[in-house]
This record gives sequence, structure tokens and C-alpha cells, in this order.
Amino acid sequence: MPSTGNGTQASILPDSGHRRLPPGAIFKEAGLTAVVSLALLVPFVGFKIANRGGEQFLETRLPEVLIAAGLIFLGRIFLILVREGSLALPVAGGAVISAIGLFAPIPSAFIQAVAFTAGLVIIVRAAFMVFAARRRSSTGREFGSGFADGYRKALPWLASALIVFAVILPLMPFGERRTIDIAILVLTYIMLGWGLNIVVGLAGLLDLGYVAFYAVGAYSYALLASYFDFSFWVCLPLAGLFAGFFGIILGFPVLRLRGDYLAIVTLGFGEMIRVILLNWVSLTKGPDGVSGIPRPSFFGLEFKRYPAEGTESFHQFFGLDYSSLHRVVFLYYLILILALITNFFTRRIRTLPIGRAWEALREDEIACRSLGINPRNTKLSAFAIGAMFGGFAGAFFATRQGFVSPESFTFLESAIILAIVVLGGMGSQMGVVIAAVVLIGLPEYIRDLQEYRMLAFGAGMVLIMSWRPRGLLSQRDPTISLARAEGKTS
Amino acid sequence: MLSISDVHTFYGHIEALHGVDLEIKEGEIVTLIGANGAGKSTLLMTICGDPRAHSGQIVFQGRDITRLPTHEIMRCGIAHSPEGRRIFPRMTILENLQMGAITGNPDRFDQNLERVFGLFPILQERGGQRGGTLSGGEQQMLAIARALMSEPTLLLLDEPSLGLAPLIVRQIFDVIRDINQSSGMTVFLVEQNAFHALRLADRGYVMVNGEISMTGSGKDLLNDPEVQRAYLEGAVG
Ligand SMILES: Nc1ncnc2c1ncn2[C@@H]1O[C@H](COP(=O)(O)OP(=O)(O)O)[C@@H](O)[C@H]1O
Ligand SMILES: [Mg+2]
Repeated sequence: MPSTGNGTQASILPDSGHRRLPPGAIFKEAGLTAVVSLALLVPFVGFKIANRGGEQFLETRLPEVLIAAGLIFLGRIFLILVREGSLALPVAGGAVISAIGLFAPIPSAFIQAVAFTAGLVIIVRAAFMVFAARRRSSTGREFGSGFADGYRKALPWLASALIVFAVILPLMPFGERRTIDIAILVLTYIMLGWGLNIVVGLAGLLDLGYVAFYAVGAYSYALLASYFDFSFWVCLPLAGLFAGFFGIILGFPVLRLRGDYLAIVTLGFGEMIRVILLNWVSLTKGPDGVSGIPRPSFFGLEFKRYPAEGTESFHQFFGLDYSSLHRVVFLYYLILILALITNFFTRRIRTLPIGRAWEALREDEIACRSLGINPRNTKLSAFAIGAMFGGFAGAFFATRQGFVSPESFTFLESAIILAIVVLGGMGSQMGVVIAAVVLIGLPEYIRDLQEYRMLAFGAGMVLIMSWRPRGLLSQRDPTISLARAEGKTS
Repeated sequence: MLSISDVHTFYGHIEALHGVDLEIKEGEIVTLIGANGAGKSTLLMTICGDPRAHSGQIVFQGRDITRLPTHEIMRCGIAHSPEGRRIFPRMTILENLQMGAITGNPDRFDQNLERVFGLFPILQERGGQRGGTLSGGEQQMLAIARALMSEPTLLLLDEPSLGLAPLIVRQIFDVIRDINQSSGMTVFLVEQNAFHALRLADRGYVMVNGEISMTGSGKDLLNDPEVQRAYLEGAVG
């Protein structure tokens, strides 16, 4: 313990297991943080290029910089206090910071939002420290196991509640167009997350090029529909098939690779597909993309105000007034069903030998081989099936947008999908849902902060990773219980 | 049942086995003892085809398995409990056992489960516990149980006593004898714990630097002065 003047008063407290910092040291640490952030804030926040009447000016934003630095200084102090085990002060401080964010006349809406959330984060962290300490002292067990048990019991209820909520969402008063659009987007990412989860979460194969299969699915539908007039319902399985086929093509060369090397090659594969789509102009129309992709029909009923001669459209058949919402709601249910199929399939296959072999392969490849598992076929099947679901999602994407271009399938997409899987806790189905809502839904909902979306995305990732480094829900659920097995034996 | 003749195995350019001959008959417990790095594990793994024998021949139940891929060898009725146990840490005991049965007949799963639970009752008590949270002894029991789930005719065990307390070692060796006597399963046991292994085994081999230096019945080897000096120092008493 550093011997500053008042450093001794804390150390005589025998009940606290850890040493306490003297106030001087706390201010020193917080001050250092503030200085460092000031150095970063000045160039990044301090200047803004404004455009007035065709001329460009350099505006300074001193108040924002000072407020931000001040907030960082305060926040750091409270975080240190949390770390040192005190509760009341940080909670009060967090509340004050949040209140500042909400009510104080800060010139930047973004800093307001950041201050508000930062305050909440401090409170949550303080609560967690106390909670964790109490658990550890009362049961002597690691924090987390109690949470895991409770979570496992609550999971079926939570899942059913979520599904019911998803089903009735379009009927709710707040189920307006914008909400449903966002829900469709989130569901698309949930489906992609669940698909990639098969490869990364279950089989443990780090795939950085998953977007390639999304692209293959989207282009299969776009091209088959525009060249051969195939309908969506014919193309959907074909898109999955093509994507699965590409999964196997990718799988072969990377069979012997693990970890970093596998990641690099799959990344390259993802980019390759995009570059091919970009340059094979005669087939894909290159950077212009494929447009005029037919929208899906409801068992042959189209969603058009004025259907073509001799056909009936959805609203006429059901005797409804025409509304553009019909198609959106239909697309919503379509992706909901596709996503639920993905989920059901994954949960089912985990209990079958092939799914079990995927998980075992992730844990220990050598042990797998000594049990008679063929690693090659096992890996290929994981790639193919994961890719297949990416292909389904791609076909959905194409029919929803009515337009596809290589731009939609950049590496960033792969990274986002992977982030959803990793942050959700590899292999956890519910984790993917939560991560997709947090990473895709929230930033989309607060579109007013448009320019800060990627920043919010990054902040979300950093927060989750520092709070739960193995992902939100990292506990793997067993696929068989002893009671069930005994029921069978007796 | 298993005959190994003049097997050479390489790791890159380094020759780990310099022409090994070995014979295991149906229903026997045969042990292979030797110092650290002698090549014992390499021999077991070569039987499983990974690494593959560079030259020589391995015949199992009249069938030449030298060139078969590993996963096919493991479906011929051979089970391997590898060195260091290698159970699946994030899977429960029950799931580990399911993995062991993955090549077996699904209809006989319940029966096999009952049998290994009979041999290791602790595994039944802990069925839902994750493999990684078991104690060393429990993990070793799980590794053997997992190997038994495929109903092998030949069980290869690589140092099951490694790092375990004497009481647990005795328990595990009792089970091995039990399996051998009750179901006539052939066991090939690799051990550094020469005293226990030789007492249990019908016959034994001694390996030095990738070659078999001595062979005989378990009792003869136990009483052999050279074996006593090299491998049993302080163990008999
Ligand atoms: N994967 C490997 N690559 C290179 N050399 C290895 C490998 N595994 C084992 N060896 C070498 O082969 C020899 C025999 O090792 P091993 O069969 O593990 O011995 P034992 O099981 O008798 O202790 C040792 O010299 C060891 O260094
Ligand atoms: Mg060894």
C-alpha cells in the first residue's frame, strides 16, 4: 500500500478482503484517464468541418470537449469506487451522471445519450459487484453457477414468451411499419446468427466469410427469378442447396486448418465471392446489381394494388382494403418462420449423432478420432448445413429488397454476424437473440443517432466483452439428462 | 487377435518406433511398460492409424488394418482410451458416454450405459456434471467408460494410472480385471506404473527407445532383476 498521509485509515478495516486506495490515488488515476481522453477528444470531437454556402469552415466545439472530459473524470472515479467495493457513492454518482445526461442543457445530443447510459452502466456494475460478493461469501461457490441454474429453468418460459411476443407483434398497437421493418431486420440477423452458430458455436470452426453464403443465396434467387422466372417458393430450397454446395467447396481446402489459419482462409473466400459477383458482369450485372426481383406471393396471391389481368391479389381474395402493410407483415412472418425452423433444426440436430459429433469436434478433435468419428465428413456437414441456412436467409433478403448488389455482402456483414454469435455466447441460441436485438435492433431504433450507429455498435461490443468475456450466455445446455436416460433404461 | 510385426513409425524424420513386434491373444491382458518417451503411446496410436505405420504390418482379427483410416479402424472393435484422458470438458458425463457409443449399435445404448454405471457407480451419481469439473480419478473412469460404450473386443488403455492417488489406481485396475474376467474383453494396457500393471497382466512387454527389449509373463517380469532395477525401484515393498 502506498503510504500517503491518509492511506492508513482504510487498511485497518479487516472485513474487506482487498486493500483500499487513498483518495489521492483515486484522483490521480481518474485525472490521468481524463487527460488521456482529452488528448483524444480534442482532435476527434473538438473540431468539425462545417459547410456554409459552399465554403468550408473549421468549427471548434470546446464545450463538448470539456463536458465529455469532465464526465469521463467523474465516471472513472465512480468505477474505481465500485472496484474498491463501495456501493452507495457510485450508485448516487451514476444517478447524477444519468440525470445530467437527461436534463442538463448539453449542446450535443450524443453526449447526452452517452452520459445517460454511462450513468446506468456504473449503477449496474456496482450492483453486480455487490451481488457477486454476496454470492461468493454465502455459498462459497463461483458467481455464475446460481445464475446458470436459474437461467436453465427459466429458459423454456422465456423462449415461449418471446415466440408468442414475436407472433403477435404485428397486431400490437406499436406494431407500426417502422417497428416491423426493424423486427424483420433483427430476425434476419437472428437467422444468420443461428446459421453461423452451427459452424462457429457448435463445430468450433471460426468462419469469417459467412456472408458469402448469404450472397450465394440472394443471387441464386435473384438470377433464377430474373432469367428463368422461377417463383420464390421454388428458389428458396434451391438457394439453400446452392449455398450448401458452396459450403462444401469452401470446406474441402480448409479441412486441415484450425483457428487463425481457418479464419483467414474463410475471410478470403467471402471476399472472393463478392469480387466474382462484382466482376462477372455478363451474369450478375456487376456493381449495378440485379433489380426487379419478384416479391413473394402468398400461395400465389400477390401483394399488389392492381394485380395483373386474370389474377387475384391478396387483399381482393380476403376482401380487405389494400394496404402496403400486408406485404411487410407477410415478410415478417416469413422470416419469423424461417428463423424458427433454423432454431428448431439446430436444437434437434444437437441431440443426433451428427450434431453431437460437431460439438465433440470443437472440444477435442483427437478424442473424436479415437472414437471413430470421421472429422472430414463431420466438418463438411457443419459447413454445408450452416451455409444452407445462410442461403435461405439470402433468398429472403433478395425478395425483401427486390434488389441485390455486391455491396450488401462486404466483410463487415460477416463481422457483424460473427459478433452476434460470439457476443451471444458461442453455441447459445438465446444469446444470439439477445445479441442481435442489442447490436442490430437498438442502433436501428435510435436512428436519430445515425452517424453514431457504428460507435454504439462498437461500444456495445466492448461493454459485453468486458462484462461477460465468454459471451452473454456462455453456458452450454446439455442435450440429455440423466432422468431421461434412466427413464429409458428402467 | 492383434499381431504387430516389424512396425516402424516416424514423426517427420524422427523414427519413434524401430521395428516393433508384438502379439496379443484373445482374452488376455497384455501390458507394455517403459520409461517416459520410450514410444508406448506412439505404438498405441499407430495401432489406431494416427500416426500411420511407415512400414510393417498390423493385423487385427485376421484383417490387415495397417492402411485403414483411423475412423474405420475404430469401428472394427478397437477402442482407445488415450493418454491424458481427453474427455470432452464442456459436455456432461452422459454426453461423453453418448459420444463413446457413437459408432455402436443405438439399440444397445441403454444396456451399455447400465453396464458402465455398474462398473463405475460414481458416474451415475454425477451423470449431469460436466466432464471438465470432475476430479482426475473420475475423469479417468469416464475415459474408460466412454471407450467401453462402443463394446470393443480390444481395449487400448494409455496410462490410466497417470497422476492418480494409489487408492484410485487400485480401484481402476480392479475394474480392468473385472471387465477382462467377466466379459472376456482383451486389454492392452500401457503403463509406467510397472508394479501394478505387471501384477494385473497375463503377459508383459518392456519397451526401450522404440524397441521391445524384453517380454514374458507378468510374474516373470516382476521377478526379473533387470526389470526390478529399472522400473520397480521402491515400488515393491
Ligand atoms: N507428435 C509428435 N511429434 C514429434 N515427436 C513426437 C510426437 N509425439 C511423440 N514424439 C516423440 O516420440 C517419442 C515417443 O513418445 P511417446 O510415444 O509419447 O512415449 P511414451 O508414451 O512412451 O512416453 C518421444 O521421443 C517423443 O518426443
Ligand atoms: Mg505416453
